[in-house]
Amino acid sequence: MIRHDYSRVDPKRRANIDHKKRQFANAEFQLQNYDHRLNFYQLPPTAEITLEQFETWAINRLKVLSELESCSFRNRSPEETAEYMASILNKHLPLRSNSSRSQNLQEERQKDHYSHFILRLAFSSTEDLRRRFSRLETMLFRLRYKDDDFKERQEFVKGLNLEWEEVGEDEKRELRDQLAAASGLKKGDEQEWFKVDWERVPELVEQRRVLLKRGKAYVPQREQMSLVVADFTKRLDEALELTARALPRLDEDDRLAPILAHLSQSFNAPEAAYSDADAAIDGLSAIRAGSIDTLSKHFPLCMQNLHMNLRANSHLKHYGRLQYSLFLKGIGLSLEECIVFWRQSFKLMTDDKFQKEYKYNIRHVYGDVGGDTNRRGRGYTPYSCQKILTEPLPGPGQSHGCPYRTFNPENLSSLLQRVGVQDRDLLKTVKEDVHKQRYHVACNRVFEYSHKKEMKKVKDEGSWSAADLDTIVHPNTYFKRSWLLKHLGNGDVGVVNAGDKMEE
Amino acid sequence: MPHSITSESTPMDDSSNPVSQTMKQEPDTQDIVKQEPDTQDIAMGDAPNATEDNKEEVNLEGIFDDGDSDGEFASSAPQVKSEEPSQSAPTFKIGDKSSFSDPDIMRAFYQRLFPFRYFFQWLNHSVVPTTDFANREFAVTIKTPDRDALARYQSFPTADLLRKFCIKDVPPRFDIGPVYSTNPRDRKTLRKASTFRPISREVVFDIDMNDYDDIRTCCTGANICGKCWAFITMAIKVVDVALREDFGFKHILWVYSGRRGAHAWVCDKRAREMEDSKRRALASYLELLKGGDQGGKKVNIKRPLHPHLERSLNILKEHFQTTILTEQDPWASDEKAEHLLNLIPDPTLRAALQKKWDSSPSRPSASKWADIDSLAKSGALSKTSKELLEAKQDIVLEYTYPRLDADVSKKMNHLLKSPFVVHPATGRVCVPIDHLNVDDFDPLSVPTVMDLLKEIDDWKSEDSENGDKKMQDWEKTSLKPYIEIFRIFVTGLLKEEKESGIKREREDGDAMEF
Repeated sequence: MIRHDYSRVDPKRRANIDHKKRQFANAEFQLQNYDHRLNFYQLPPTAEITLEQFETWAINRLKVLSELESCSFRNRSPEETAEYMASILNKHLPLRSNSSRSQNLQEERQKDHYSHFILRLAFSSTEDLRRRFSRLETMLFRLRYKDDDFKERQEFVKGLNLEWEEVGEDEKRELRDQLAAASGLKKGDEQEWFKVDWERVPELVEQRRVLLKRGKAYVPQREQMSLVVADFTKRLDEALELTARALPRLDEDDRLAPILAHLSQSFNAPEAAYSDADAAIDGLSAIRAGSIDTLSKHFPLCMQNLHMNLRANSHLKHYGRLQYSLFLKGIGLSLEECIVFWRQSFKLMTDDKFQKEYKYNIRHVYGDVGGDTNRRGRGYTPYSCQKILTEPLPGPGQSHGCPYRTFNPENLSSLLQRVGVQDRDLLKTVKEDVHKQRYHVACNRVFEYSHKKEMKKVKDEGSWSAADLDTIVHPNTYFKRSWLLKHLGNGDVGVVNAGDKMEE
Repeated sequence: MPHSITSESTPMDDSSNPVSQTMKQEPDTQDIVKQEPDTQDIAMGDAPNATEDNKEEVNLEGIFDDGDSDGEFASSAPQVKSEEPSQSAPTFKIGDKSSFSDPDIMRAFYQRLFPFRYFFQWLNHSVVPTTDFANREFAVTIKTPDRDALARYQSFPTADLLRKFCIKDVPPRFDIGPVYSTNPRDRKTLRKASTFRPISREVVFDIDMNDYDDIRTCCTGANICGKCWAFITMAIKVVDVALREDFGFKHILWVYSGRRGAHAWVCDKRAREMEDSKRRALASYLELLKGGDQGGKKVNIKRPLHPHLERSLNILKEHFQTTILTEQDPWASDEKAEHLLNLIPDPTLRAALQKKWDSSPSRPSASKWADIDSLAKSGALSKTSKELLEAKQDIVLEYTYPRLDADVSKKMNHLLKSPFVVHPATGRVCVPIDHLNVDDFDPLSVPTVMDLLKEIDDWKSEDSENGDKKMQDWEKTSLKPYIEIFRIFVTGLLKEEKESGIKREREDGDAMEF
C-alpha cells in the first residue's frame, strides 16, 4: 500500500513555500561597510555568524561593560577610567581608527556592531536591565568618542545628520560676553556655536555649562560631545524599548534563547548587595534600642556622624533618618525596637507629633506598611557605600551622606579626631584620598587603623579568609567586621558566616 | 496573591513612590498614609447630604452660587441641572468657637469660596473636560477620628464632581499629582500594570522657610514674620526670571503655601511633558548651595560667573544690604561672626578682622561687612583684591540665593498641595502670588478661611438690598484679588493651549493632503 504523506508538497512548488529558503536564497542584503570607527548602531546586522561567534562576541563585550561599571562604582575619574579601560578594550574589543591602516578594521567593527546588537537582545527584557545597558553603552561610546581621531570624529558626526542650528555672526557678537562666561572660555577664543532646545543637552544644563536663552541652549563646538552622546542615549533607549516589545515574538529556534538568558543572568548587579545573613552576627544578642549608644563605636563614620547629630539635636532630617534607619535595620534592630529608638531620640517632640509624622516612615522602611511590593520585599535594603556616595550632596541642615565626601577637609579631620583617630600621618593620607575622591579608600584606611591589632591577629592565625578582609563597600559590613574583630576572644565569635556574600 | 504580582512590579509603583512622595511631604500636615483607602469607590452620585437638605433656609445667593458655570459643562454633564438645588448653601453663621478645622467651616469654604471653575480650567487646559483633568491624580487627606489618612490616586472627571466630593467629604487639604496614562482609579484593573504611568505634570518648585534656619535670626521652624518672608521674595524673583528668560517658560504660577513658603507651578505644555531627567537638569541648574552643615563653604562656583548667576547676584545684591545686613543681622554674635571669618580666604585679613571684632563685641553685621573692605584697603590683604571680591560674592550668594527643596522638582510624580486649599495648621488660604508685585505680598495678611466667611456675612448685611446683579460669594471677600490673579493666569494659559492646538491641527492637515 502506498503510504500517503500529507505533508509532502509537490517538489515544484516547494521553493515557493519555504519562506526561509526564499528569503535567504540569495544574499540580497548588502554586507555592511563600516566607514567610521564609531557607530550609532542604527542598522541591525544582517550577515550570518556562527553560534560560537555569537556567544564569544557577546561575552567579550559584556566583559568590557562590566569593567566599565566597576570603574564607576569605584569612583574612578574619567582619566583613570580611560587608562584602566585601554588594555581591557584592546584585549576584548579592539577598535582601531582608519588612520591605523590595520588589516582587521572591518572585522573589528563588525564584531563591535554585532556584539552590541546581541547584548541589546539579551538586556532588553526588563526596565532595570535596559537602563543599565543604556548607561554602560553610553559610557563606552563616550570613552571611544573621546579618544577618536579628531578628523574622523568630525566626519562621523557630520554623517549623523543631527539637527543643529548654527549661531549667526551677529548673534554671536551680541552675546559674546555671556557666551564666554557660560562656557568658561577665554574672551579671545573664537568658537562655533550651535543653538538647540535645552532639553537635548540636559547634562550641560545641569552643570550650568551652557548659556540658556528662551529655552535654547547655546552649545559650543567643544561641547559637541554632550549633544552627540545625548542623542546616542536617546536613540538607544528608544530602540531598546522597541526591542523589548518585539522580543516575545522573536522568530527563533531554541539555540539563541539559552545564550541570551545566560548573558543577562551573568550581568547581575555587582552592587554590594545586602543579604539577611548579614544581620545575623554570631554572639551578638538581639539588639535593643538602648544598646545603640554602646554599639555606635563600631559604626562607620557616616553612621557615627548621624548618631552624634541625632544626640546633639534630638532630631534628624528625612534623608538622615532614612539612611540611619536602614542601617539599624541592617544590623538587626527590630521594627519595634527601632520605633522605640527614634521615639526616645526625638526627646523634644510630643508623642502625638511623633506618631503622626514619623512613625509611618519607619514602618515603611521595614515594609510594615505601604504597597504590595514594599511589604513583600520587607521594606528597603540598607544603603551601600555606592548608593550613599552617588546621592546628591546634603543641603543645609541635613547630615546624611558619606562624611568623607560631604565634609570639608578641616571638619573631616576634627570629626575623625572626635571619634578617636589621632594619628597625624593617617589624617594626612586620608586627606589625600579624599582629595582624589577615593572616599571608600579613606574609610577602609580608617578601619584598618582602628582595628590594626585584631586584623593582625586573625591574619596570623589564618582564621579569616582573604575574602573576609576584602575592601569594605557597605556600612553594614563595616559594622559587622568591626564588631567581630573587637569580640575575638569571646568563644567562636571570630569566624565570619560562611554565607557572607556581601561584597559580590 | 498571585494576581497582584505583575501589577505591583512596575518601577514607578509603590516600591519607589512612597519614599519620595509620602516621606517628603511637608511635615506639618503629612501624617499617616494609607495606600489603599477604602474610599476608592466613593459614590459620587449622592452628593446632597444632611447639611444641604435644609431647603427651607435657602437664600437667593446660595441658589445661584455656581450658576454661571452651567453652560460650559452642559454638554458633558447634563445631570448637573437636576442636582443644582441641592448645592445651595445654608446660611452659615460663624460662632466664636468654630475653628478652621471644623468640617462645617471647611464645607462652607468649598461651597462658597473655592474657585472650582478656574481650578478645573487650569488643570484641564480647555473648557471641555479632557483626560488632562480626568486622569489627574488627587491625593486627598481624609480626617478620621484618631488620625489623618492620605487617599492616593483619586480622580474626578469634571470640576463638578470634585466639588461635590469636597462638599461631601470635606477634606482638610488635597494634593495634586501627575496626569496618568489611564484613569488612576482604574490602575488595578489594567491587564498590564506597566501601562499605568505618569505622562505629564507641571514642573513644580517648593521653597520652604525652614531651609533658611541657619541664616535667619528672627524666627525658626514653622514660624515666619515679615522680615524672613523677604527670603522667599528674593527666591521668587531669582527663580521666576530664570524660568522665563533662560528656559522660555511663560505660564508660571506662584502660590503661597499657607504657612512659611511658596510653590511654583510651571504650566507650559513644554514643561508639563518633561521627563524626570530633564526635570533633574532644570532643578540642578537652579540649585547652588551644596553641602551639609559640615561641608564648610556652601557656594563653590567657577569664574567667570554663569550669566544666570551674574543676573541673580545683581538681583540679590540690594536685598543683601537691606534684608541681610540690616534686618537679619546674621553675624552679630561672636559665634556667628566666626562663620563669616571662615568664609574669607585671606589669612592676614582674617586675623585683622578677628582682632578688630574681638575689641568691639556685638558690632552689627553691616559694620562687620564694611570692615572687610576697609581693612583690606588699609593693607591687611595678602591675596589679590579679585579673590576677595569673589569670596564676598560667594558670601552674598550663600546668604541670599534661593534654597529650593530640589527633590520636589525632580520627579514627575511628586505630590504638591493644591492652590486655594486651606492650610490645616494656619487656616490661611493658599493664594497665588502676583509675580509682578512679589514685593507687595504679605503672607501675614493672607485671609484665613474664618475671615472670609465672616466677610461674606458682613457684606450681606450691608448690601443685600441692591441684588440686581448676582455675585459669586468670593467676590464679596478679600479673596477676590487673588482669584482675579488666578483667573488671568488661567485665561492666558488656555489661550495659548488653544492656539497651539489649532496650529497642530493645521500641521496635521497638511500632512494628510497628499
